[in-house]
Amino acid sequence: MKRTIFEKIWEQHRIEALPGGVDLVLIDRILLHERTGGIALRRLLDRGQPVFAPDQAFAVMDHIVDTFPGRSDKTLMPTGTEFIRMTRDAAREAGIRLFDLDDPAQGIVHVMSPELGIVLPGATLICPDSHTCSQGALGALAWGIGTSEAEHALATSALRLRRPKTMRVTVDGTLAPGVTAKDLALALLGRFGVGGGSGYVVEYAGEAVRALEMEGRLTLCNMGTEFAAFTAIIAPDGKTLEYVKGRRFAPTGAEWEKAAEQWLALASDEGAEYDVELSFDAGDVAPMITWGTSPQQVVPIDAAVPAVGEAPGQGTESAQARAREYMGLDSGTPLAGLPIDAAFIGSCTNSRISDLRRAASLLQGRKVAPGIKAICVPGSTSVKRQAEAEGLHEVFQAAGFEWRESGCSMCFFAGGESFGPQDRVVSSTNRNFESRQGPGTRTHLASPETVAASAIAGRIADPRRIAS
Amino acid sequence: MEPFTTLTATAAPLLRDDIDTDAIIPSREMRSPSGQGLAEGLFAGWRYKAIGSRDPNPDFVLNQPVYAGARILLTGANVGCGSSREHAVWALAQYGIRAVIAPSFNPIFRGNCIANGVVPVSLPMETVSTLASALEAAGQPELTVDLEQQLVVLPDGQQWSFDIEPEVREALMLGLDPIDLTLRYRSRIQDFRATDHDARPWIYFRNAPSA
Repeated sequence: MKRTIFEKIWEQHRIEALPGGVDLVLIDRILLHERTGGIALRRLLDRGQPVFAPDQAFAVMDHIVDTFPGRSDKTLMPTGTEFIRMTRDAAREAGIRLFDLDDPAQGIVHVMSPELGIVLPGATLICPDSHTCSQGALGALAWGIGTSEAEHALATSALRLRRPKTMRVTVDGTLAPGVTAKDLALALLGRFGVGGGSGYVVEYAGEAVRALEMEGRLTLCNMGTEFAAFTAIIAPDGKTLEYVKGRRFAPTGAEWEKAAEQWLALASDEGAEYDVELSFDAGDVAPMITWGTSPQQVVPIDAAVPAVGEAPGQGTESAQARAREYMGLDSGTPLAGLPIDAAFIGSCTNSRISDLRRAASLLQGRKVAPGIKAICVPGSTSVKRQAEAEGLHEVFQAAGFEWRESGCSMCFFAGGESFGPQDRVVSSTNRNFESRQGPGTRTHLASPETVAASAIAGRIADPRRIAS
Repeated sequence: MEPFTTLTATAAPLLRDDIDTDAIIPSREMRSPSGQGLAEGLFAGWRYKAIGSRDPNPDFVLNQPVYAGARILLTGANVGCGSSREHAVWALAQYGIRAVIAPSFNPIFRGNCIANGVVPVSLPMETVSTLASALEAAGQPELTVDLEQQLVVLPDGQQWSFDIEPEVREALMLGLDPIDLTLRYRSRIQDFRATDHDARPWIYFRNAPSA
């Protein structure tokens, strides 16, 4: 029987086939953050239930913490301190490892967990956070859940699940220079829609996917949740092993050898069958930018806001009309050249060291246009330190970017720091929903390069037109 | 969890596609780490005239007197997309919503509904539109969600059946606690882990790295 990577991992983790077609599935890693994870732990402890395998659960502060230098438990978000302290106390009480505010390994959970080798190929991993699909980039089966299911996994090291269907998205061809994994993720959403992956484990395959470095793969898988997928996954290969080897929680010595062999064998068998197969040509992808309030409302950067009836796959006509109104854009308006108010580089989608290096190479020797608020928030404290060791922070600061401590920051507005009403922001994040980044804020999603180029121009700008 | 068998109640149509969890409960409304006190923040961005205000926007469906006390919500496709925050379902449940009828659900949101006794009813868009039109035309916009029979019924007797997994139906009808159910398998899980430990020792931190 030829099997997909998903089937291999699933079968290895199936503890029991329960009545009615539900499987009891072993969970290898549980990640928690102070926004939704602290409460899962608290509720579990309050019912008198211990964590089943505390050494396999990890907590980190990322969502609510401020990102200003010299930060503390105090937050701009009202009541944020309560979330931080509740999570800290619950982690201590439950005996699980916490990467606190001042820990050198602190970072956005989806950035720091691969960095530490907490995420391993072939492992099952859950976190009460939708972007947990990111970690599928390492060949782990990693998915987002709610607080109740996190509590369930903490209590039992298992979850009851109906086996999801499988989809393979094969991306052949080559991404053009200046076109990144983020552009590919956005282009896929534009082509197949935000419901396109609903209920599926989406395996990304094909030469363009294999050509991506690990950080690009993390970006691609990150937006699996925007595709409504159960999760996204990429088979481990030599790049995966090279990335994982030597990380703090990764196996060593003889165990490493055994693990590496197992992990490479996880790749889907030639001829394995999927419920759905899609294909896509990487050569067709340009730098992409969203125009609306759903990630599927996206166009190549040299295109215009679609006219009525022109983009049937980007939401109903009424949704598109609503999005145009919210964004303050008319049909036919070219995206490139639109004046912006702010530029944001950060989030679990695009805040890793390679993202910062590419943005910095465009910013080198240039200045952010007058009046533009520009912010860079490294995805982890480790990324920040690496960037500082390379002098990238000086490039960002000399250009006029604020250089922050790591965290989720202004990817979403929680009542603290935000962009202003009607402010037009080019952002390397993942969601352009109404008021996501601030009340009335207008978000355009794009790659870090496009954010950097736009910050320099003071307008939405094509990064390919700025030679680095 | 409160068991659900059948419910006849006011039903409010909000037929937008892709209603995200940021819209259901904006992050700025998630003030208490306990997850309580969320009913007021439900749909805050649409329900009130301005961000942060509590001045009702009269155009918003739940503010219309005829839909007061709604316990059933009808939406467009892909409802609950976006953030996994269970607060979205807690806000719905605290407001009083016990069933959501939609053409499709975001998978995490759907799991969160089930975990909190909110019945996710999947029906084709055409049917949801028909139901919404009937509600909009009715003086008293009510319908029945009968989980036992897996039916949605209008007061005039028109009915539609819906699919739901048997174990989900049972859990919702009995108000079962999934953690208690799984803990019945505790020794099976322990045995499985012991065997798995030999196959994949690196998962188990036999020599856990120090902090």
